[in-house]
Amino acid sequence: MQSIKDRVAIVGMGCTQFGELWDKDYKDLMVDACYEAFEDAGIEPKDIQAAWYGSRESGFTGAHLANALKLEYIPVSRVENFCAGGTDTFRNACYGVVSGACDIALACGVEKTKDHMGGFTMNVTTPFDRSMAEWDLPPVSQFAQLATRYFYHYGLSYEQGRRILSKISVKNHHNGTLSPKAHFHREITLEQAMNSPMISYPLNLFDACGMSDGGAAAIITTPEIAKSMRKDYILVKALALTNGGGQATLQQEYDFIHIPESVAAGKAAYEQAGIKNPREEINIAIVHDCFTITELLIYEDLEFSPRGKGPEDVEAGTFELTGKLPVNTDGGLKCFGHPLSASGLRMIYEVYKQLQGKAGPRQLKKVDLGLVHNVGGINGLFNCAVAIFGKP
Amino acid sequence: MVGITSYGAYVPLYRLSREAIAKGARGEKAIGNFDEDSLTMAVAASCDCLIGVERETVDGLYLATTTLPYKEKLGAAIVAMASDLRPDIFTADFAHSLRAGTSALMAAVDAVKAGSAKKVMVAAADCRLGIPGSAFEQNFADGGGALLIGDSDVIASIEASYSVYNEILDVWRAEGDTFVRSWEDRFSATYGYLEAMRQAVSGVMKKSGFSPADFAKVVLYTPDARRGMELAGSLGFDVKTQLQDPLFAGMGNTGAAFSLMLLVAALETAKAGERILFASYGNGSDAFVLQVTKQIGKIKARRGIKGHLEPKKVITDYKKYLTWRGLLAWEDIPGPIRFLSAPAAWREREANLRLRGVKCQVCGTIQFPPQRVCTKCHTKDKFESYRLSDKKATIFTFAMDYVTPAPDLPTVTSTIDFEGGGRLQCYLTDREPEQVKCGLPVEMSFRKIIDKEGAHIYSWKSVPVRT
Repeated sequence: MQSIKDRVAIVGMGCTQFGELWDKDYKDLMVDACYEAFEDAGIEPKDIQAAWYGSRESGFTGAHLANALKLEYIPVSRVENFCAGGTDTFRNACYGVVSGACDIALACGVEKTKDHMGGFTMNVTTPFDRSMAEWDLPPVSQFAQLATRYFYHYGLSYEQGRRILSKISVKNHHNGTLSPKAHFHREITLEQAMNSPMISYPLNLFDACGMSDGGAAAIITTPEIAKSMRKDYILVKALALTNGGGQATLQQEYDFIHIPESVAAGKAAYEQAGIKNPREEINIAIVHDCFTITELLIYEDLEFSPRGKGPEDVEAGTFELTGKLPVNTDGGLKCFGHPLSASGLRMIYEVYKQLQGKAGPRQLKKVDLGLVHNVGGINGLFNCAVAIFGKP
Repeated sequence: MVGITSYGAYVPLYRLSREAIAKGARGEKAIGNFDEDSLTMAVAASCDCLIGVERETVDGLYLATTTLPYKEKLGAAIVAMASDLRPDIFTADFAHSLRAGTSALMAAVDAVKAGSAKKVMVAAADCRLGIPGSAFEQNFADGGGALLIGDSDVIASIEASYSVYNEILDVWRAEGDTFVRSWEDRFSATYGYLEAMRQAVSGVMKKSGFSPADFAKVVLYTPDARRGMELAGSLGFDVKTQLQDPLFAGMGNTGAAFSLMLLVAALETAKAGERILFASYGNGSDAFVLQVTKQIGKIKARRGIKGHLEPKKVITDYKKYLTWRGLLAWEDIPGPIRFLSAPAAWREREANLRLRGVKCQVCGTIQFPPQRVCTKCHTKDKFESYRLSDKKATIFTFAMDYVTPAPDLPTVTSTIDFEGGGRLQCYLTDREPEQVKCGLPVEMSFRKIIDKEGAHIYSWKSVPVRT
């Protein structure tokens, strides 16, 4: 098994405005995201030799991307892996380049969630089991079960737990105000976050990310070609993907205070990138805060905080813009919004811009290594993608 | 000797204060939760009755109700499946009549007498609706009763029976009716209930050669709290000492299940050697003479009527009751059910209806739903079937959804760990939000999962242990 480290480069990226884009369809988002990426890379659509397209709901085959961009009979694969779909799309495109099957590849993720009943409301469990006998509720209850057990396991009172989760929300809302393409640009107070309406106990409105429309795209090539295209190309240092096998409900040992898929993906990625101490070595992490509890668990699962000590780091401001390891500098899913298969590529976009020093008002001082993390699915059946990026 | 070898009952946890229906009305009536119906209550009564019984020995299941969820489709098959009975047994629905409970009982007794079955389960449940605000609505209640009929280990033998029919338009529900209709009470009672019951009860006493003084208890169906007393008195029984309390103060008239449930209540306090007279009503009457045996002392503990009546939650919100019964609209998610699949439901019937998981024959890990490859030792296809529906469990973690439309928010989801192994994610029902916590002891209850567009999807939910 070989590491992907330094064998693929990003030479261009694009990201649409995220939000309730009633006036745009998924093809508009494909065009907007991809043409920004083409322009950024200084290439034409005809330069693309192969493409990978990520979506859960919008445009079911690769042909839809070819149609929107008028790609001329090149291979386009569609990738679907729930909330990890965007990063997985990128991952597949990287392997296409590394294999030599193509020199310049496009990875694009687009989702029109708002055309479907205000997001994806129900049927989260049922794609796995179509008899409808299983419980079927929006994803929040899956993640709320993690919060319930986390509070219980570490002896946090409801108020103590809510305070920690709310601080994560306040942080991401602040970062969102510095992120023009984000869905939400509004500061919130700790009190607002703590007292907002309950969605699924113990999570409330401000624990949940926005459901948005959006798209993002990346142009991937070899480091050799990248060097000839621009100075500030970005190198892929690691690509990891893990999938759960249903352990959460098949084994009583599954503890609901961590997500094993995240732990395994983190370990695999760190090994590829040669990272020994993630907390010290990583400068920015854009992670899957579909709910605040998910972000809290990720701190511990990706070894940013020792197990059970995530709350202490939240209180210390470790993950704020000014902290030791800023997390979700662009507002995260919470404020940037979460068009499922576009999210992974949006996260890569932020790390890419930060590594290039082009992140505007939220630009961090020192960025040498950045991490992207997605997790999607239900307890026991999560898909988790972790990718790490660095400068040449 | 043919008779009752086991009994069980189910009264829903919830009671509606009759004051909520009509000012000044007294007592409470038992009402099913929004996810309960006649089938789920029949399953609960049947499972209560199966305590201490080898399920493999049951040769038939007769379901009795006037409120089947389907117009064409066997209810008894769902009840037999959820009761985890053998697939090669005789099943039948006894429906469309208040007397369905004793019709099924009569058929079960005859089947055992004829030798075509050794043990037959009679499970009756009803969930009838009276017009909002009416006397029927005050009296009607939801519940179920079950009797296991057999010819060995009999706790109450059936010594004699006598039936009459009477054709009269007294109480009825026509095609398309939601509510039960009736003619003027005095006419209905005089020429319907009282006349038919007198004939049947007198008939069975005459046939068996007994007089009222020979009975320790008389168990009579009654449409309301009063008529049964009038009937018993007129037949020469002592209302105070002999008549079984019709449970109107705390339960109410449970339709086709009512006479069976009152009989279960009588059996709970019966002593060996006592004689019981028992009669039902519905366009006629079936009357029985029962002789209680010594075996009654050996029956295993169960909730029955008493154990279900005492633990209760009284609600006073009439709107909530109407919503639960589907009489008041609630804001559901628009659009049709997506992904409904009859083949998938059929393939998963062992898991969804029987709540059967598997136990790995190599490493012993209990897993739900059934797997092909073991989650622990990865052995392929070496499992034995494992029943979870009768196991106790505790809540490992939970969530309470306050937003997704449902008839009764919050919708609680639980991840539960079974005693002896096995984990399940399922809804938690019959719960007070403030009582839900990690470590809460729960047990399993068969409920409706989806009731929409003519589809009734049933499976198991967890409920806090009822004490």
